[in-house]
Amino acid sequence: MTIRVDFSLISSWIAPKSRVLDLGCGQGTLLTRLESKKSCRIQGVEMDTAYLLDAVKAGVPVIHMNIDKELDLFEDSSYDVVILSRTLQAVHHPATVLRHMLRIAPIGVVSMPNFAYWRNRVRLAWGRAPVSKDLPYAWHDSPNVHFGSTLDLEDLFAEMDLSIDKCVPLSASGRVSKMPFATRNWSSGAVLYQVSNHNQDS
Amino acid sequence: MVSDPLNTVSEDAVLFTAQDPLVFTRGGQLDHVEVRYETYGHLNESKTNAIFICHALTGDAHAAGHRQGDRKPGWWDEMIGPGKPIDTDKFYVICPNLLGGCQGTTGPASINPTTGQSYGLDFPILDMRDFVTVHRRLVAHLGITKLLAVVGGSLGGMQALQWALTSPSDMGSTVIIAASSRLTAQNIAFSAVGREAIMRDSGFSGGHYVEEGTSPDTGLSLARMMAHITYTSEGALWKKFGRDPQNTDLAPGFGVDFAIESYLQHQAETFLDRFDALSYLYLSRVLDYFDPFAEAGACNLIADHPIPALVCSFTTDWRFSPRQSKRVVSRLERVGVPVTYREIEEGVGHDSFLLPISEYLDLVAAFLNQRFEEDAR
Repeated sequence: MTIRVDFSLISSWIAPKSRVLDLGCGQGTLLTRLESKKSCRIQGVEMDTAYLLDAVKAGVPVIHMNIDKELDLFEDSSYDVVILSRTLQAVHHPATVLRHMLRIAPIGVVSMPNFAYWRNRVRLAWGRAPVSKDLPYAWHDSPNVHFGSTLDLEDLFAEMDLSIDKCVPLSASGRVSKMPFATRNWSSGAVLYQVSNHNQDS
Repeated sequence: MVSDPLNTVSEDAVLFTAQDPLVFTRGGQLDHVEVRYETYGHLNESKTNAIFICHALTGDAHAAGHRQGDRKPGWWDEMIGPGKPIDTDKFYVICPNLLGGCQGTTGPASINPTTGQSYGLDFPILDMRDFVTVHRRLVAHLGITKLLAVVGGSLGGMQALQWALTSPSDMGSTVIIAASSRLTAQNIAFSAVGREAIMRDSGFSGGHYVEEGTSPDTGLSLARMMAHITYTSEGALWKKFGRDPQNTDLAPGFGVDFAIESYLQHQAETFLDRFDALSYLYLSRVLDYFDPFAEAGACNLIADHPIPALVCSFTTDWRFSPRQSKRVVSRLERVGVPVTYREIEEGVGHDSFLLPISEYLDLVAAFLNQRFEEDAR
């Protein structure tokens, strides 16, 4: 697998030697990078068993679990950062997962494919469910169960009283978007956020 | 003599003597402890490829390969051998019969050299930590300072866990399969009935059946039959036997009529040939008392020396269910141990860990190979 472009951005946000938990770590590519380049203490979680095996081969510790049901396994404040990279759209209860994320660590890094990306809008206008790089699955065979837009996700953060500390729109290929920030809900394929709880001492 | 691709070596070693006795965790000591063990493969020059296998309740030192005259290969032949997950072309594999056992290692039915009689119930009560003490001595005896991994299933997995907690620097990683960090009330209940069956058998003779010339065969058979049911799943038994009659037709009565009944009897009979009732009592009791995380500071050492752990469970295992494995995962994860956990959905109950389930074997192979390559770096 090629290194996803957004991984270098995420990596740049994470302090050296952080304890990092990646929920939905896939083949462990980001975690491997964080371990080698940032000396992070890494732990992954993954449901897909083929990905899990690849992660093991890459030397990434990964726990096979259902993120919707089993995050209780992790203790409060036991990590510095929790990552939810393109995972949230595939869980049943995103709000619950976000709460757990900021229970487990003070900082959360979240990205989600933007369902309202203009190409998706075009597909939909032609009467077809969007299929794209970010949403590569047929409607009936997708691990994704929620199809929110970037603004929808930001609304959820606001409802949950989370503060958005960083926000970087990404192009469909995962690079930092060159389009004006205000256009992100139609111009970006996904947006990368760093969030934290409001009112925390820092 | 056919050449042996596993390079099997079977040895007996005296590991504790009167000058250097084995002192038991819960009191008592033995002045003579002998251990039967087998090794496979070759120890490399840097001595970095040794994997230690801990066997389950009724296992033995013969983990892999075919012995001349045996009908079946060693108990973990699916896991250990050339090209297998624990590849004997690459790793040096050590498997001893555990302390208290009855297949070559000193146990309660062994003769006490000072009395000339069997130990019987005078054998000290065993603890998981005593197994580890003896395992460590064997490793030292073999001139190895650090194991690549300690691997075990069921009671073997519990030994691997105990060892990782008490002496993490002995190993590069630990592999804990179909195990638990503490028995449930239901687990203890099953164990209790098995032991009652043995001790209430008049042939038990207060534990001195060796001298009395009796044998608690009925009790040991019952214990085995019942335990065997807990090692399998409802679905697996149904698939294998259904309601099939043993003979052409069912013949209602109280004899062995259903195929499953005949199977259990066969299990009991073969067990009597190879297992000792006192070992069964002593070893099964170790499981009941095992609760390492209950001890204050249980994780202090592994927190300071966080070795990677692989924990694996089977969905169909109701003896040591995935929930019990997840407890191990959670306890290790929270002290900073890099944990890999996988629940395997295929399987036939607890004994799945002995079977050729590719997803499971691939995972163990991937983990150990990665550890080996990482160490070589």
